[in-house]
Amino acid sequence: IIYLKLFQEMEDKVTSPEKAEEAKLKARYPHLGQKPGGSDFLRKRLQKGQKYFDSGDYNMAKAKMKNKQLPAAAPDKTEVTGDHIPTPQDLPQRKPSLVASKLAG
Amino acid sequence: MPSVLLSQADIISTVEFNHTGELLATGDKGGRVVIFQREPESKNAPHSQGEYDVYSTFQSHEPEFDYLKSLEIEEKINKIKWLPQQNAAHSLLSTNDKTIKLWKITERDKRPEGYNLKDEEGKLKDLSTVTSLQVPVLKPMDLMVEVSPRRIFANGHTYHINSISVNSDCETYMSADDLRINLWHLAITDRSFNIVDIKPANMEDLTEVITASEFHPHHCNLFVYSSSKGSLRLCDMRAAALCDKHSKLFEEPEDPSNRSFFSEIISSVSDVKFSHSGRYMLTRDYLTVKVWDLNMEARPIETYQVHDYLRSKLCSLYESDCIFDKFECAWNGSDSVIMTGAYNNFFRMFDRNTKRDVTLEASRESSKPRAVLKPRRVCVGGKRRRDDISVDSLDFTKKILHTAWHPAENIIAIAATNNLYIFQDKVNSDMH
Repeated sequence: IIYLKLFQEMEDKVTSPEKAEEAKLKARYPHLGQKPGGSDFLRKRLQKGQKYFDSGDYNMAKAKMKNKQLPAAAPDKTEVTGDHIPTPQDLPQRKPSLVASKLAG
Repeated sequence: MPSVLLSQADIISTVEFNHTGELLATGDKGGRVVIFQREPESKNAPHSQGEYDVYSTFQSHEPEFDYLKSLEIEEKINKIKWLPQQNAAHSLLSTNDKTIKLWKITERDKRPEGYNLKDEEGKLKDLSTVTSLQVPVLKPMDLMVEVSPRRIFANGHTYHINSISVNSDCETYMSADDLRINLWHLAITDRSFNIVDIKPANMEDLTEVITASEFHPHHCNLFVYSSSKGSLRLCDMRAAALCDKHSKLFEEPEDPSNRSFFSEIISSVSDVKFSHSGRYMLTRDYLTVKVWDLNMEARPIETYQVHDYLRSKLCSLYESDCIFDKFECAWNGSDSVIMTGAYNNFFRMFDRNTKRDVTLEASRESSKPRAVLKPRRVCVGGKRRRDDISVDSLDFTKKILHTAWHPAENIIAIAATNNLYIFQDKVNSDMH
């Protein structure tokens, strides 16, 4: 019976490249949420653009980090809260919008 | 690490022809709009063949900061929609994540000369030198295109606007964000009506968001919106003021045995477009484009594989976030051919009648002016032809997300990152 189950699993992997990819992902991230595409992922999408938590947190972090070297902000999937709070110095400088678009020749 | 020379602000974020195809508007990440105009074909320059030249450019949106929510608002233009032309001026709506603006584009090619009280520079004349009256005349001048913001529709959206659509009544339009859809009157900026609200009472219960929305081209009471779960909802504004309850739900049944972690993510509809006839809808999800008949909710009537070979790459595409790329789709003028973009600067066209498809590339290397585009092929192992590209050598940073098709002719506009390609095709002879 175990032999047949193994065979079925192998067949699944052969017939479904998607399932094989899923197995690869789960192997790399064993703690990946049970609900894919569910609330966590969607809520992060809704929060796109959030740079600050609030001014209280910002000032607390500034006081705490006064003597510590701030680590460079690594753009990754995790939310930017907690110890690392962006300061104006961290934010990339905005290009002035007066520059004309290249398409306009 | 090599530095990226590409200016982020130049990345084209939307492309849209106007209703006659005479004008083509592009929006970019820097909040700018560039409008191109098709030159009339002239006998003197037969080679120009109605090419598009820059007509006007302006700064539509600026970056903003919402102090109440500590939120940075990008100036990137998400969508541009043209209003039907009602007089000599052209009008368009442009939107970023939060604010929609109505722009009026006018031409000035004459100016009055011969005033009695002012001289040519506009200085007041010495009245004692004026001995007779003259009637000012309009003299031709070099064409000047003037753009002005006529309406600003602000503060209507808590979440990020993904679509706008002008109603066929030419009086109203809708704007959709992740959870809500609002109806506006083009002349009224201080209020809008909420017509769809899918925000759950408890955000922990959130399972799907609105991804795209469009009004029916002929029936001013009908509109469709797509979701991140792959469903389409057709709503009738005559049925109720709040269209939370759909009139029709279009959903393809899923094979439970094929379900994987990626199933829902790749089924998310990134774009929905009504056919010109109004009879069909075209949707794009991560791997396919589908044609739906408004009369059949159970399943799409046609499904076309855009790049099925990516199914065995989903793990790395998830890690690189490419799996969340939002590709658009387009119909040709007669609804017989559909088009969508892909990776490696490839775009795909599907002929619904002959069932033939073609892969083409938008890049400087592969296309010289007036040359015929060569069909490309991606090989997935097995027999490999000389010019084939292997799946592993596809460049996933070169994505064609935004494409547009001229409303009547075989002219297409392709946005490849920060470059705009306009292809004019005589006959679909390259389909294989």
